[in-house]
Amino acid sequence: MGLWKGKGVAGDPANARARGGVLPCRRLACMSGQSLFARLEPLLPRVRRPVQYVGGEGNSIVKPWDAAAVRWALMYPDAYEVGLPNQGLQILYEILNEQPDVLAERTYSVWPDLEALLREHGLPQFTVDGHRAVGDFDVFGVSFSTELGYTNMLTALDLAGIALHAERRGESDPIVVAGGHAAFNPEPIAAYVDAVVLGDGEQAVLGITDVIRSWKAAGAPGGRTELLARLARRRLVYVPAFYDVTYRSDGRIQAVTANRDDVPARPSKHTLSDLDSWPYPKAPLVPLAETVHERMSVEIFRGCTRGCRFCQAGMITRPVRERNISTIGAMVDAGLRATGFNEVGLLSLSSADHTEIGEIATGLADRYEGEKVSLSLPSTRVDAFNITLANEFSRNGRRSGLTFAPEGGSERLRKVINKMVSAEDLVRTVSTAYAHGWRQVKLYFMCGLPTETDQDVLEIADLAREVIRAGRRASGHRDIRCTVSIGGFVPKPHTPFQWAGQASHEVTDARLKLLRDTVRADREIARAVGFRYHDGRPGIIEGLLARGDRRVGAVIERVWREGGRFDGWNEHFSFERWESACAAELEPLGVSLDWFTTRERDEREVLAWDHLDAGLDRDWLWADWQEALRETELDDCRWTPCYDCGVCPTMGTDTQIGPTGRSLLPVVGVSAGSPVVTAPVEVEVVAGSGAGDVPAAGSRIDPAAVGSGTPA
Amino acid sequence: MARRPEGPPPPPVVQRVRLRFAKRGRLRFLSHRDVARTFERGLRRAAVPMAYSAGFSPHPRISWVGAAPTGAASEAEYVELALAVVVDPAQLRAALDAALPPGLDVLEAATAQGTGLAERIDGSRWVVRLPGVAEPELRAAVAELLGRDVVQVERATKDGRRRFDVRAAMVLAVCRAENDTCAILEMVVRHTTPAVRPDDVLTALGVVAGLRPSVPPEPTRLEQGRLREDRTLADPLAPDRNDAGRLAGRSSA
Repeated sequence: MGLWKGKGVAGDPANARARGGVLPCRRLACMSGQSLFARLEPLLPRVRRPVQYVGGEGNSIVKPWDAAAVRWALMYPDAYEVGLPNQGLQILYEILNEQPDVLAERTYSVWPDLEALLREHGLPQFTVDGHRAVGDFDVFGVSFSTELGYTNMLTALDLAGIALHAERRGESDPIVVAGGHAAFNPEPIAAYVDAVVLGDGEQAVLGITDVIRSWKAAGAPGGRTELLARLARRRLVYVPAFYDVTYRSDGRIQAVTANRDDVPARPSKHTLSDLDSWPYPKAPLVPLAETVHERMSVEIFRGCTRGCRFCQAGMITRPVRERNISTIGAMVDAGLRATGFNEVGLLSLSSADHTEIGEIATGLADRYEGEKVSLSLPSTRVDAFNITLANEFSRNGRRSGLTFAPEGGSERLRKVINKMVSAEDLVRTVSTAYAHGWRQVKLYFMCGLPTETDQDVLEIADLAREVIRAGRRASGHRDIRCTVSIGGFVPKPHTPFQWAGQASHEVTDARLKLLRDTVRADREIARAVGFRYHDGRPGIIEGLLARGDRRVGAVIERVWREGGRFDGWNEHFSFERWESACAAELEPLGVSLDWFTTRERDEREVLAWDHLDAGLDRDWLWADWQEALRETELDDCRWTPCYDCGVCPTMGTDTQIGPTGRSLLPVVGVSAGSPVVTAPVEVEVVAGSGAGDVPAAGSRIDPAAVGSGTPA
Repeated sequence: MARRPEGPPPPPVVQRVRLRFAKRGRLRFLSHRDVARTFERGLRRAAVPMAYSAGFSPHPRISWVGAAPTGAASEAEYVELALAVVVDPAQLRAALDAALPPGLDVLEAATAQGTGLAERIDGSRWVVRLPGVAEPELRAAVAELLGRDVVQVERATKDGRRRFDVRAAMVLAVCRAENDTCAILEMVVRHTTPAVRPDDVLTALGVVAGLRPSVPPEPTRLEQGRLREDRTLADPLAPDRNDAGRLAGRSSA
């Protein structure tokens, strides 16, 4: 996925020395909300890829500062090229800016070269839209897809002139709100954030905005503590400062208890119902700079109940809520017109599971035949139906590669993780793919899964051999490629594996080496199988941050003070820095890096995130963990009776799926019937002029429905 | 087993339209690749009936001519579009300009006539703002540069580090003062290989006279075209921009 690039030198951004030092200017000279671009511009020729800092993307929005009652700075705490395509941020940006009296701008992590220049010249963290100081906004919202963005948040806070520690923030500081999947265990960053949104963000940001608007209009009674209390009382956010954590003498958590009686004992997640009423983004951002996904994305459903036991996304986004075929068709059409993209990705956690995916694929392929629009379907399952879909999507295009994710090498292990794919399924699917002209198959696996042995991992080589043989048989020639891509498994909160001991990086690395040597020694397949994997050490740090508690916060801060930045990037990540910070901050407390990662938890241990309600019944999670150890599979509740995971009754939600029986009608395509030739120019959305008026089915916002959380 | 794209071959090119466009303001930080990508999306949004290459991944047929470097603004960038349907260049200009972000501004469009665009361009006129540099300092450095026969500079190109002469490419250089602390260098540069860019000229001024601006200079390309005897540049679209050309565009529609 682009992030781990090459083997790296442990980065030491030249700013370790600058950290506590220069206080940026925002409280000194600048007027609130002023553009800093004139001061920033002379620095840009001196940094790499300056275009990422200039803003001006198609469909971006700059609103007048003074007319806004509530102002949000939204951050994706990674490089612009990774952050810009993020759907969650784009959705919230558009929803907030649609409100007449609300202003939302975006900010991304600056690379160390610009960070050093900003400090040298006393310039703060800025938004790319209006180039305004992040510290001038009312809310600073940070979306965490991964825990490895935590150090980058600290950089942004520090550059913005906002106190790192929430308890030291003043009345003029923005409220710092975390969201995203990683925020389902925000305890490691509890000291640095004021509030946390769990779950879908669409309605939550509007609810938070309402509370801030009326609190400001009333003259900010009670200061920021009262504002946070109002947000918590309305069940919009979790405020870590309103909960105390006590520890037992053995280092485990004793209890997490609210220290006020007006806040919920267990803050819970937000769930958006009726995705057809929320067809965002309507006018996706069109970057000027190159980014990791050069395409438009439409989320075709949210949630997944396949029940893969390792998958945090599948557990915390339940239940399944589909967008219907008409909404999807309208979003694709409006989005293409608004952006000029020539590729559309249909996103979800398992896109082929949409109840009308066949009709959608055929409908879109018919509609855009001859339009030079390509369609892609990430996250497909292993079955022959997917080849039919893929054939539709590439009807007149190149057939390069297909990706399947058996995840586990052996049948036994796939039962443990509840990924119900047999070797026969895989071989049959792959044979069909090769027979239809696909040339390369990519297989995705994980290493370090619970109960895994060397033998389980070696069976990946057997599968690869079967796949190559099947490909040679089906295609009639020997020139067949298969890429085996392996990621290290990291146990995540709110999953059945939340109790599991994580495999040490030594074990993971040894198994991967064994597998690689075995494949290389097999003359039949050695040259046909490509092997891609990462070393196990970053996964251990991800594991620490994923299942850490508040004591891990000091580790993050120490790593950051010692220069830790961009931990998701191989060339910047330093395992040694994390390891030594753990030794310094954790061991005096009687815990350690291993204690948080490789240690298996027992049923009764209080987990750091137990007080946060993702809707999942803890007893069900434990039972499913025991089923995993017994190698027992569990079916999808969309097609079999409910198995009581707890989400629907707890959250008052229900699975929302089709089929609707509708089909897609042809539309006048983007380049057919050119307005240049036949009619006055009709440009729906002028670049950079705002999202405005792209029509999409059922695009009504219901302000009354406010109250619910962060999209995937 | 080899698959071929289904259906008929792509429609033929029936018209070529040449555009002059500007790269202004903060969009001067776009690289050529950024400009090209943004143009392709703009062309789709403006529904310009582009001609496409054949094959499994057809590309719109766009011919670029010598792009201004990242960080340099320009009032005179040129591109030629191959179209599958005849259009009115004026309408195309307006539609495309509206579909591109402010700062990438399409200034002129004309149906191609006669010689190729690249053959009509062998020089550029640049103006470079030098904040923090006083005019006399610049004047002395420029005089020193023009007094030499050869001034070698080094720059990383896509083919690795290259050394090349700046002096021979310098056709004309004029110094002015915007104010006491900001000098302006206006110059005409012949297109050589590799192209001598404003930053190469500034490197050369550093080499010959130790001129080292503390603030990054701001270059803008004002003109491109065929160098005339009198060191001015001939407008490369002039041969395309006549009534005969416009009529030809309409009559075949």
